[in-house]
Amino acid sequence: MADLKRTPLYTVYQDYNGKTIDFGGWDLPVQFSGIKKEHEATRNAAGLFDVSHMGEIVVTGPNSEQYLQKMLTNDISKLTINRAQYTIMCYENGGTVDDLLVYKKGDEEFLLVVNASNIEKDFNWLKQHLIDGVNLNNISESIAQLALQGPKAELILQKLTNTDLSEIKFFRFADHVTFSGINKGALVSRTGYTGEDGFEIYIDHSEAIALWEKILEAGADEGVEPIGLGARDTLRFEATLPLYGQELTAEITPIEAGLGFAVKTNKEADFIGKEVLKDQKENGTTRKIIGIEMVDKGIPRHGYEVFKGEEKVGVVTTGTQSPTLEKNIGLAIVDIRFTNIDEELEVQVRKRRLKAKVIATPFYKRK
Amino acid sequence: MSLPKELRYSEEHEWVKVEGDKVRIGITDFAQSELGDIVFVELPEVGEEIEVDEPFGSVESVKTVSELYAPLSGKIVEINEDLEDSPEFVNESPYEKAWMIVIEPTDMSQLDALMTAEEYQKMIDEE
Repeated sequence: MADLKRTPLYTVYQDYNGKTIDFGGWDLPVQFSGIKKEHEATRNAAGLFDVSHMGEIVVTGPNSEQYLQKMLTNDISKLTINRAQYTIMCYENGGTVDDLLVYKKGDEEFLLVVNASNIEKDFNWLKQHLIDGVNLNNISESIAQLALQGPKAELILQKLTNTDLSEIKFFRFADHVTFSGINKGALVSRTGYTGEDGFEIYIDHSEAIALWEKILEAGADEGVEPIGLGARDTLRFEATLPLYGQELTAEITPIEAGLGFAVKTNKEADFIGKEVLKDQKENGTTRKIIGIEMVDKGIPRHGYEVFKGEEKVGVVTTGTQSPTLEKNIGLAIVDIRFTNIDEELEVQVRKRRLKAKVIATPFYKRK
Repeated sequence: MSLPKELRYSEEHEWVKVEGDKVRIGITDFAQSELGDIVFVELPEVGEEIEVDEPFGSVESVKTVSELYAPLSGKIVEINEDLEDSPEFVNESPYEKAWMIVIEPTDMSQLDALMTAEEYQKMIDEE
């Protein structure tokens, strides 16, 4: 395991019994106290995630908005300052380069938050399509990101700051937020990847350990737990949030992935992939991502094939035993003819074909 | 890390307990702690034959699927049906409640290829 990348929090994982794995070239904790326990802590109290491996790219200059309208599928002309938006970057054929958040910091300044494994690819893609009056700056290495998620997240984080966090509504953010005992300001947004309320905090990497420890200390009474990638995956999966590389790939369009809400084919600006995506939105797709639940005993897993009779009709993109629902469920990309709720399908689980049925998504929605 | 002295161990982290002319098989405490929360155990059926070093079933944690490898060849005479509803026994009680199968070995001398507790300890220390 030569030259795995590490976040600024690497040195503290062992203080919390973190067990690390190679995750796309990063040495990251897959679990601390145990995936199920961490999952439940986040659903019922709060979980703290080190997501510093995520990438941050700053876009500045007078033509930034025009440029991003071309690069991204959502409509950022609707975005006002201090708001964030979920959006997608596509290839001409509609396949997905990445899914990301865009933060509007000023009329000529945007922050893009991209997936760790795609940082270089995204940056190169952006650079390749650059126009005059726009600057790109990859600041991924200098920025740490912590996510505090769960019903107690606001209560805990509020103990550390004078900024009124209740004023930061869903998908909005505040910049230069100060935390007691932390030397530099942070950008704090009410966003996340768990299906729970919570915040994502971007701060200079030099402050990451101090902030991590402050949050765990402040939330001890509320039951905050450090959370690894394992529970991050089960949490996002239950909430049916896509993971790049599984539900979204260069071969899967956002329309097939059920993310049409983030593809504004009616926006004025032309954007890369618009033609294909508009056609898919208006005329439908030949396959799409659906939820499945196992009827027979067995767990669907990424890459398992899906059958209707003898015909292979799809493949599982993510599957596990849902800790919250205690059911063996999955997401699968399946031939459109077999995607109605209650449709009976079969999943090839190693040597056996096991019965499954199509169910509604999202699997989990907070009350 | 618990490693009962009276058991034999395989390189694939199974334990074997000799009970007269039969052997009982499960996975080690080390294996369960590496796998994390076990949520599903798939076992063969009584009457099936299993081959040494070949997979005979699997254990699944939230994140992963791991095959179970037969430490000995033989015929399955009993399986632990409790694991179907209580896979968490594998984490809670790997040597007692979470035994997986009992077999009638075809060749008891295959036991000689398995490790003692001390040898197994040494192997996992080196991993």
